[in-house]
Amino acid sequence: MAEIDESQTQREAIEVDRSKGDFKYEENYAFDAGVGLSPSVVDYISKVKGEEPWILEFRQKALKTFESLPMPTHWATTDLENIHFDKIRYYLSKGQKPVRTWEEVPDDVKATFERLGIPESERKFLAGVEAQFDSEAVYSRMKEELEKQGVLFCGPTDGLRDHPEIFRRWFGKVIPVGDNKFAALNSAVFSGGSFIYIPKGVKVAQPLQAYFRINAENFGQFERTLIIADEGAEVTYMEGCTAPKFETATLHSAVVELVALKGAKIQYITVQNWSANVFNLVTKRGVAEEGAEVRWIDCNIGSRLTMKYPGVVLRGKGARGEVLSIALANDGQHQDTGAKMIHAADDTTSNIIAKSISVGTGRSTYRGLVHIPKTLKNCRNNTECDALLINEHSRTDTYPAISVRGQKNSVQHEASVSKVSAEQIFYMMQRGLSEGEAMSLAVNGFVNDLVKEFPMEYSVELKRLIELQMEGSVG
Amino acid sequence: MDTLTSPALTGILDSALQSADSAQFRAYDWFAILRQQGWHTFQSLPMPKRDDEKWRFSDTRTLSLSGYAVAPAPSESEVAKLFARSQFISRPAGLIVHVDGHCIHKPALAPELTAQGVIFESLTDALRHHPALLKQYLLKHKAGLGGDKFLALHQAWLRSGYLLHIPKGVVVAQPFVSFHWTLAEGAAVFPHALVIADELAQVTIHDFHLSAQPATRALAISACDIHAGSGAKVHRLAVQGWSSTTQSFQIDNTCGGRDSLISSVHAAVGSRRARLENIVRIDGPGADVRLCGISVATGEQEFDQRTLQIHSAGNAKSDLLFKNALLDKSRTIFSGLIKVAPDAQQTDAYQTNRNLLLSTEAEADSLPGLEILANDVKCSHGATTGQVNPEELFYLRARGIPLAVAQELLAQGFLEEVLAKVENEEAAATVREMLRVKFHQI
Repeated sequence: MAEIDESQTQREAIEVDRSKGDFKYEENYAFDAGVGLSPSVVDYISKVKGEEPWILEFRQKALKTFESLPMPTHWATTDLENIHFDKIRYYLSKGQKPVRTWEEVPDDVKATFERLGIPESERKFLAGVEAQFDSEAVYSRMKEELEKQGVLFCGPTDGLRDHPEIFRRWFGKVIPVGDNKFAALNSAVFSGGSFIYIPKGVKVAQPLQAYFRINAENFGQFERTLIIADEGAEVTYMEGCTAPKFETATLHSAVVELVALKGAKIQYITVQNWSANVFNLVTKRGVAEEGAEVRWIDCNIGSRLTMKYPGVVLRGKGARGEVLSIALANDGQHQDTGAKMIHAADDTTSNIIAKSISVGTGRSTYRGLVHIPKTLKNCRNNTECDALLINEHSRTDTYPAISVRGQKNSVQHEASVSKVSAEQIFYMMQRGLSEGEAMSLAVNGFVNDLVKEFPMEYSVELKRLIELQMEGSVG
Repeated sequence: MDTLTSPALTGILDSALQSADSAQFRAYDWFAILRQQGWHTFQSLPMPKRDDEKWRFSDTRTLSLSGYAVAPAPSESEVAKLFARSQFISRPAGLIVHVDGHCIHKPALAPELTAQGVIFESLTDALRHHPALLKQYLLKHKAGLGGDKFLALHQAWLRSGYLLHIPKGVVVAQPFVSFHWTLAEGAAVFPHALVIADELAQVTIHDFHLSAQPATRALAISACDIHAGSGAKVHRLAVQGWSSTTQSFQIDNTCGGRDSLISSVHAAVGSRRARLENIVRIDGPGADVRLCGISVATGEQEFDQRTLQIHSAGNAKSDLLFKNALLDKSRTIFSGLIKVAPDAQQTDAYQTNRNLLLSTEAEADSLPGLEILANDVKCSHGATTGQVNPEELFYLRARGIPLAVAQELLAQGFLEEVLAKVENEEAAATVREMLRVKFHQI
């Protein structure tokens, strides 16, 4: 019986060009947490950050949870088994950042910067040559504006130390330590990330960008973000950037918690473009209270394996949750993304639109969860997931789980898989486009309605990035 | 009556009894070995657990195989009564009836069918007459969707069922009909159906799984293997109407060859919990497979439907539609997967699950999945869960139709889409009536 040969595709997926991320550490650090994970490493991280005892306790408990939980390989890809937890550095203090020279940066990366129109001053930072570029001015101007409005925008260490009355209440509550193995790992060793509080009724006009703040410290491998929008507040947060981010660390495991109190709106935008050696295992969840709205806009282009299912717990009457997701899986990549919508109050609505593109041997997976329990009335969910397959060995999977009870609740789920039609390509080539250009145009058309949802400068870069990824995929 | 009769009520989990039961097949040692292998596999496999992905949403805690036994042969009067109740189809091509796993009516085929080489026999008769055919086709596939332990138990106690073989080019218009009844309290039955349609053969099968009394406790683990050769056309209707306290498992495997046409309709009304595992393997290009399912779930019933459409060959089509109407505290789980192999280009595969919630306490779970490894395909799935359209309800009520009647009419309309696919009018009417009765049991 010609069963589908999974091992073949998995083996192919593992053949990744590892040289890309193969930068060296310097060996003699003043503070070195060393390699591997143990209670003393956790102690060390907590000490370096000068944390209060309850945080250390939280971390140690999380470490135990992490160790007790099995790898989720009974449903997830067995590629996870290639993560060697004992060979990972869990904390790099200042001065422990990877050192490399501009000459070491691969030519295609330089070309990508060129094509994306990344400013000269930022290129070296993005390539990891310089620890940071001079964005202090931008950041502090922004900070000043925000402070006038009472907005708090800091890191987890500062946040928990200076404003425990605000952050402690929600910290680790949206995503409990035991939620999954990687959330537990993050809870044990987190460093870096953003803690944000928007006071009642404040509508932050400009999107807050992690980019400007985080490069002032080391970009966290185990980022921890907590955003609280108080009643009636509105905020947009942007994480990541379209430019490829070269990282030495092969495991990234962030936890992002969003809290939208009554009538608040949070929009969280991510563009993920890690290099192709990175395992990106992220837990993201928001809570929406009465009449609140949480919206995740998620775009995954890089990494070797991404597992990320942004979720919304619709806890208050009339709350609304939305996930818009774009995934592009190229050779050797597996984008395992999706969304979770947990309805926990009447009259709540949720919407999931996911589009994925698989190029070469790339594999994209959609996993979804929609849950409406029996006590609820008038809940609605709409899910659409569309996959586009470019090459003969491209792969896509869809695994939604929908559970509905209660009164007047309705869900609809639709998924489709297709390829770019030969007619479309023919039509465009007839008008003078090359096959590659035609394909790229068709793919951009496929994701266009989602790309429009991104802020303008991102959507322009995204389009260029998709064009780049599509190059060489046909003909 | 079968020549191979079983001893008095025996527990199905007892090694010694299983082994003694297999000893009766000493004359067919390959078959005795097959049963023994089944027993070993059964013992080596664990019961499904809650976190088993293939049992997601299923209530695995209440799964239990203890307290069931192979029942003794029924009395003459019961046989007569149940035979009389096995006459839904007026002119079948052949009729076979089992009660508690004992064959009480063997098929008598028309001479012209026999002359064409058609075989329709009980499994035990086929063991004597057609061992080669059985050796080639019997239980050649693993369950694959989580029911391996149950299929192994089926294999270990395999005795009842039938072999249907339609030779090359033979077209039989009238349906072949099989009835399996459960009668005794605590009876375990393991009905097997093996259908082999050679090249260009055409055949229709109706399988009825019923209980003599509405509430006698029973365990039914059934399997149906269909092998459709090149250009063969196979239509099957499977009706599950076991008693309301039965635990039932139906594990189906269908292989479709080049240009074959396979259609199946699974109708479910009975059992306390019923699990259906249906795998369709499309091995030849040009095949066309249509899978349908309907159920009306009431009380605390759980209908657990798991399907897998495997496209190994290109240029083939498969289309699945499962519709469930849910009342009371019932629950349905639909978990479907379409797998398209890397070389199966130009595949058209569809999957639709529609659930109608007629009660606030019912629960519908849906896990529609796709795994696509080829790029030139058209695949989609859709799943919806909702209530009766309030406008339609208003329309009917405005014309003086009481709420309950209006709801039932709309629910029947919802299910009719699938019923319309049952070509045999008598069979469709039978199922329609069973669904209607189910609505009125509440």
